[in-house]
Amino acid sequence: MVQNIIEVRNLSKTFDISSKKPGLKGTIQHFFKRETKSSKVIKDISFEIKEGEIVGFLGANGAGKTTILKMLCGLLYPSEGSILVAGNLPFRRKDNFLKNITLIMGQKQQLIWDLPPIESFYLNASIYDLDKFEAKKRIEKLSDMLEIDNELYIPVRKLSLGQRMKSELLAALIHEPNILFLDEPTLGLDINAQRNLRKFLQRYNNETNATICLTSHYMKDITSLCKRVICIHNGSISYDGKLDQLLKKLSPVKEILIVCHSENDVIQIEKTGFSVKNKTKNEITIIVKNDSITSSLKTILNNFDIEDLFINEPPVDEIIGNILVKKDYGI
Amino acid sequence: MVSKLINNKIFTLLKVQYSNMLEYRIEIALWAISGVIPFFMLNIWTNNNLNESINISDIMLSRYFLCAFFVRQFSVVWVVFSFEEDSLMGKVSPYLIQPLNPFIRYFAQHLAEQITRLPFALIIAFFFFVFNPESLWIPNLGILFLSTISTFLSFLIQFLIQSIVACLCFWTEKASSIERLLFIPTLFLSGLLAPVASFPEYVKSWIYFTPFPYLIDFPANLLSGNKTNIIGGLSIQIIWILLLFPVFRKIWSAGTKKYTAMGS
Repeated sequence: MVQNIIEVRNLSKTFDISSKKPGLKGTIQHFFKRETKSSKVIKDISFEIKEGEIVGFLGANGAGKTTILKMLCGLLYPSEGSILVAGNLPFRRKDNFLKNITLIMGQKQQLIWDLPPIESFYLNASIYDLDKFEAKKRIEKLSDMLEIDNELYIPVRKLSLGQRMKSELLAALIHEPNILFLDEPTLGLDINAQRNLRKFLQRYNNETNATICLTSHYMKDITSLCKRVICIHNGSISYDGKLDQLLKKLSPVKEILIVCHSENDVIQIEKTGFSVKNKTKNEITIIVKNDSITSSLKTILNNFDIEDLFINEPPVDEIIGNILVKKDYGI
Repeated sequence: MVSKLINNKIFTLLKVQYSNMLEYRIEIALWAISGVIPFFMLNIWTNNNLNESINISDIMLSRYFLCAFFVRQFSVVWVVFSFEEDSLMGKVSPYLIQPLNPFIRYFAQHLAEQITRLPFALIIAFFFFVFNPESLWIPNLGILFLSTISTFLSFLIQFLIQSIVACLCFWTEKASSIERLLFIPTLFLSGLLAPVASFPEYVKSWIYFTPFPYLIDFPANLLSGNKTNIIGGLSIQIIWILLLFPVFRKIWSAGTKKYTAMGS
């Protein structure tokens, strides 16, 4: 049986946030008397993650995803509740715990700006107590997986964002951690760089059985890497389960694109009473409930002489976009 | 084994930070030149014959200020500014989840910068002797060794004081303002502007209970060959380090619990 590697119980986090009114009056008031209020950004959440799982944390901006990741890796001290990661209390930041994890934040860098990445790699290797020979072996292996080579010897400031991100990943993985916390790792990357990074993460997971906790606003990152998602809404968990199950529940419809021979056929189909999403001269897209797909198709095929027909799922981005603003999915 | 690993970490950190510092050699030359306050003070003292009131000869006074320049060059600390910037920009977060205290990075950064400064400081000393040939002297190896240790201890005291102030970033974003307050006594009481021997008796009666005279005055007097209590001075420097280190550990431990990882 696969062991839980992360166990979170009744976790909460409260921040003191000071606010300032606009204008000179507000500035003076703020100088003499700060208005501070406590804001509970994470509210009594519990979950477990098994070894080797890739879990996506979904939520709108400010929902609390990054705060959860920061508490899991020991950067933030929890206000209430308990966290166990690989049997450790993360906040104690014991060496054996830190050698087991990594945190990658998109566009936040740990590489030394004016030096080539290779210098930062060897520095990190020594911080994680790797000898030179082992460090060299791992750098070769990871640079091969990440498909970087000459970039290792060019000052970081001269690298493109994609090259820098790959180098950041290499620096963060040189100690071969078992648990990866990735906060928006593909932020700002172009489509190819995003795809390569996803491919790399999947390969890393397959080869090392590492556990990956991921937040991203690029839905493709979530859909191609995560089987399980945890949705966060205003600091609480609103869904924790399989991604495909969530999509099925939230999207009980399919789209049927019908290509007709003439404009008249399009008009006739529209008159039949189907819910129409959009139409052009020869094409019409209708929305049909999953349980009436067969009957709808029968009606179309029996009554119209159509040229072609496609059945599509609604775009995942659209469905997940709705998830981010919902509190309860009734699942 | 453990010490070997630590040495390996420190050595690699130093090597990398030194490479990084070499990227900024022009800036470091300018910083070295900008540390010439002691030479201005020497000029003021000698032009106004102020040294007569404290029974120090012109030559000894010029050697003192040259040594004060050297001590300052190799004990100057800016960790509070680096840490403050890194905290505000969220750069501290990746350091915090590595098995190495971030302050060791800053420590190595300072040491690397000192190594980079050395040739520039020597060039400035060369020109000093060209214009003041009567001040030329070569300290004996024993004194050179002890004053190097004393300068390093002075650096450690200042590094610990600033690290303690830097940790206040966990509570207030602008800890460097507190450091600016500390800069005033450091400037006036450390011996950078005037040898402590020239201070009024009532100031001298309490100033030695503070760490300030041990930052510049003591190591500069030691190096320049002025009469000074070597064992007493070195012991007090070590005592200050032993007092400050646990305070740093305590405030670091409390501060990291308050860390909000802003900017990241």
